[in-house]
Amino acid sequence: MRNALLSHVESKHLLAKPPQFAIGDLVDVHCRIVEGDKERIQVFSGTVISRKGAGISGTFTVRRIVNNEGVERIFPVHSPKIEKLEVRRKSKIRRAKLYYLRDLTGKATRLKEGAPVVPSDKPAEVAPDAPAAAAPQA
Amino acid sequence: MSDNGNNNLLAALLGRKVGMTQIYDDAGTIIPVTVVQAGPCVVTQVKTEEGKDGYNAVQLGFEDIKDRRSTKPLIGHCKKTGQTTAKRFFREVRLTEKPTVAAGATLDVSTFDTIKWVDVVGTSKGKGFQGVMKRWNFGGQPASHGTERKHRSPGGIGGGQAPRGHGRGIKKGKKMAGHLGVERVTARNLALVGVDKEKNLLLIKGAVPGANGGLVFVRKAKTKKIPVAG
Repeated sequence: MRNALLSHVESKHLLAKPPQFAIGDLVDVHCRIVEGDKERIQVFSGTVISRKGAGISGTFTVRRIVNNEGVERIFPVHSPKIEKLEVRRKSKIRRAKLYYLRDLTGKATRLKEGAPVVPSDKPAEVAPDAPAAAAPQA
Repeated sequence: MSDNGNNNLLAALLGRKVGMTQIYDDAGTIIPVTVVQAGPCVVTQVKTEEGKDGYNAVQLGFEDIKDRRSTKPLIGHCKKTGQTTAKRFFREVRLTEKPTVAAGATLDVSTFDTIKWVDVVGTSKGKGFQGVMKRWNFGGQPASHGTERKHRSPGGIGGGQAPRGHGRGIKKGKKMAGHLGVERVTARNLALVGVDKEKNLLLIKGAVPGANGGLVFVRKAKTKKIPVAG
């Protein structure tokens, strides 16, 4: 049971519409990056291999292969720095954490295709303060 | 902008530590914060240099309690300032000049509006009887090379003809195993990142001493060096 006062503090920092995704999804994370006074969007696409924590402290890990080298990034679910999260492909998985992918390479890392991705209702929605939620559960 | 340099500003409150969580700042960076429910506190006594006390201070009272749980002298002390009930906790705040508040005034978190840095005084969590490695950060003894059954022992503690020239003796105050925790601890110069007037909350960056629900005393940082004109 969460303390009511702590929830009160956290509620102001939670996203109204947190991104919807599942473990095993191939996602594009659109990240806001500030360099000096310029801001740009960087896309990190990969497989969601873990989701941890709940509420304001929740995070998820995205793994991708860059130049034959595995790269993982951990994002807070409620980070205002995430402009948008798009689900590109869903997978059928049998684990809550896909850490076993770290030990596999090439074809072995393929995941079974899951339910088709339902395109988000408004794909072009890019509100400055409300990161668009990606495809909801089919 | 910041009143942290003003020594006579009465910015101090008693409160209870609620717990820790995290929030995002404007740049989207996560800040770990401790939530403290502070005040409202009542000024139960004002002491002045000219008066019989001989120094400038303000006494704050926090949390109402039933009269039957208090004592008659304390109830009388509180009622003198127009309070209807006795208070559970009292703390005194020293000031450099004559206090500007009158007895009976109420202070809440809005007194921290212009404050950027705070000190938090609390009572640390009890750790029980602890060895020297945990209590005093001793290094212990080697893990191998023949060390047996004394890997966490303090080693030599003096004795023999040691420190006083003659006779056996272990220096007074020698750091040894013993009780750790449940003592007054001050965490200085913590950033105050938010004030919630609706629920009387202070959001303080980082950890503060004590367990959740424990009494803490929050005051404007005493020793923080504020850059001149920012």
